[in-house]
Amino acid sequence: MSTGYYILQQLINAVSIGSLYALMAIGLAMVFGILRLINFAHGDLIMVGSYAALLLLGLNVPFWLAALAAVLVSVIFGLLMERVAYRPIRGAQDVSMLLTSFAVTIFLENLAIIIFTPKSRPFPTPEFLRSALTFGPLRISNLDLAAIVVAVILLIGLTFFITRTEMGIAMRATSQDNLAARLMGIDVNRVIMAAFIIGSMLAGIVGLLWSARVGKIDPLMGFNPVLKAFVASVIGGLGSIPGAVLGGYVLGTLEILLQGLLPSSLSPYRDAFVFVILITLLLFRRNGILGSTEREKI
Amino acid sequence: MLKIENLDVYYGHVHALKGISMEINQGELVALLGSNGAGKSTTLMSISGILRPKAGRITYDETDLTRESTRAIVQRGIVQCPEGRRIFGGLTVLENLRMGAMRRKERSNLSADLERVFGLFPILGQRKNQSGSTLSGGEQQMLAIARSLMADPHLLMLDEPSLGLAPIIVEEIFNVIRNLHHQGVTILLVEQNARQALEISDRCYVLETGRVVLSGSGDELKANPKIENYYLGGSAG
Repeated sequence: MSTGYYILQQLINAVSIGSLYALMAIGLAMVFGILRLINFAHGDLIMVGSYAALLLLGLNVPFWLAALAAVLVSVIFGLLMERVAYRPIRGAQDVSMLLTSFAVTIFLENLAIIIFTPKSRPFPTPEFLRSALTFGPLRISNLDLAAIVVAVILLIGLTFFITRTEMGIAMRATSQDNLAARLMGIDVNRVIMAAFIIGSMLAGIVGLLWSARVGKIDPLMGFNPVLKAFVASVIGGLGSIPGAVLGGYVLGTLEILLQGLLPSSLSPYRDAFVFVILITLLLFRRNGILGSTEREKI
Repeated sequence: MLKIENLDVYYGHVHALKGISMEINQGELVALLGSNGAGKSTTLMSISGILRPKAGRITYDETDLTRESTRAIVQRGIVQCPEGRRIFGGLTVLENLRMGAMRRKERSNLSADLERVFGLFPILGQRKNQSGSTLSGGEQQMLAIARSLMADPHLLMLDEPSLGLAPIIVEEIFNVIRNLHHQGVTILLVEQNARQALEISDRCYVLETGRVVLSGSGDELKANPKIENYYLGGSAG
């Protein structure tokens, strides 16, 4: 295979995995922007959606319907999380909110372990996602293609939402200045619920693509994606939506790049190299690429 | 129209308002004067429902506001333009104004109201697609006032609109406040700039460490030697 094709092939891989990170990171960014809450339980929304899909596919429900229901289940859990766990402690210290999100994670994961056992189960990836398109030496799996297309559609929709709709503008306003937003009569509760709905919806969609890619699901499957999404949003600037998207693609590219460049003896340590790069970045831009350069007021 | 009776407000452990009472009538421009920490902003935040009083009542046309949410209070037309401007820096001028209009249900005459605030502050019309953070301090203050006007307020509360602005801009801001007053908008104006506030207001209250120590018409207070000494830079101390 020529170098040009090889690079193009790797680029497609990077954009595909980067799309998943970006979509996950958006949910974290929206919630953090408004509530200063790092919602680690965001990863478990992937898990609940994937189990919902698994159960429905087991009942021979058509894939599109199972997918739709899975996303809906993620959204319901996201809203429940907000209402039951986060709303009562709104305005508490950042650390308390972070710990609460750990509690939600532990609760949901153990609930899944009780119901589904800790064993992983094969995820019945539908046939049309398993095949691939080939252009000469270039091979694009339908899954990569689906991830990229879905991400492009969702990002266009999201851009329209946050720049054109009243709720989207209100969301940006609230994340910039909560008090001023309240003084304008913005319904902050509704804004927060909208952030959870959109974030959970994206997590549910990512969950389907992730499970189809990995081929199996288990109760702790949300940890890896939420960690990646967190790293992506730190790279881009925590709380910034464009930053989350950029960070997702930067992280995806970094991973694929390191995978290609590292000698095979070092490739198990790929993540360590990613974190070295992250730390170096934060030394120079402590608020991420698109985060404000302003120092925090003390 | 708005009536405050024996209001007690704590700010953390600080007893910020110690039983203040005041009244604002339809169409009046009432100034609230006092030095730093006297309780002026606390009063506004209590009216807006951000702070909850320990005791006392705030009534608006006979409805008790102390149990209502900030959003419900704003929807009644009681709108605050907070201290320090607090515009949304990452939003454009137009988006800021759109947020100001959030309380209103009918959106049909939005463009007419935009024309109106651009008439008051032509510079905002020229900068309508710029993000708020690129505006100068004076322009940001104009945007903050314009944003609260988009709510079509029945009672407009302005917290230190002249703070940190050049004298010529202060003059312009006060002209706009005077114009709004003449158009019949009821205004509660918090100011440290006592001389100008007394000049344009119908009545004044003076706060000192959480208590109303003086009240009366602008002219009465201007003639009061205490005011002269403390707020207008009189020589005798």
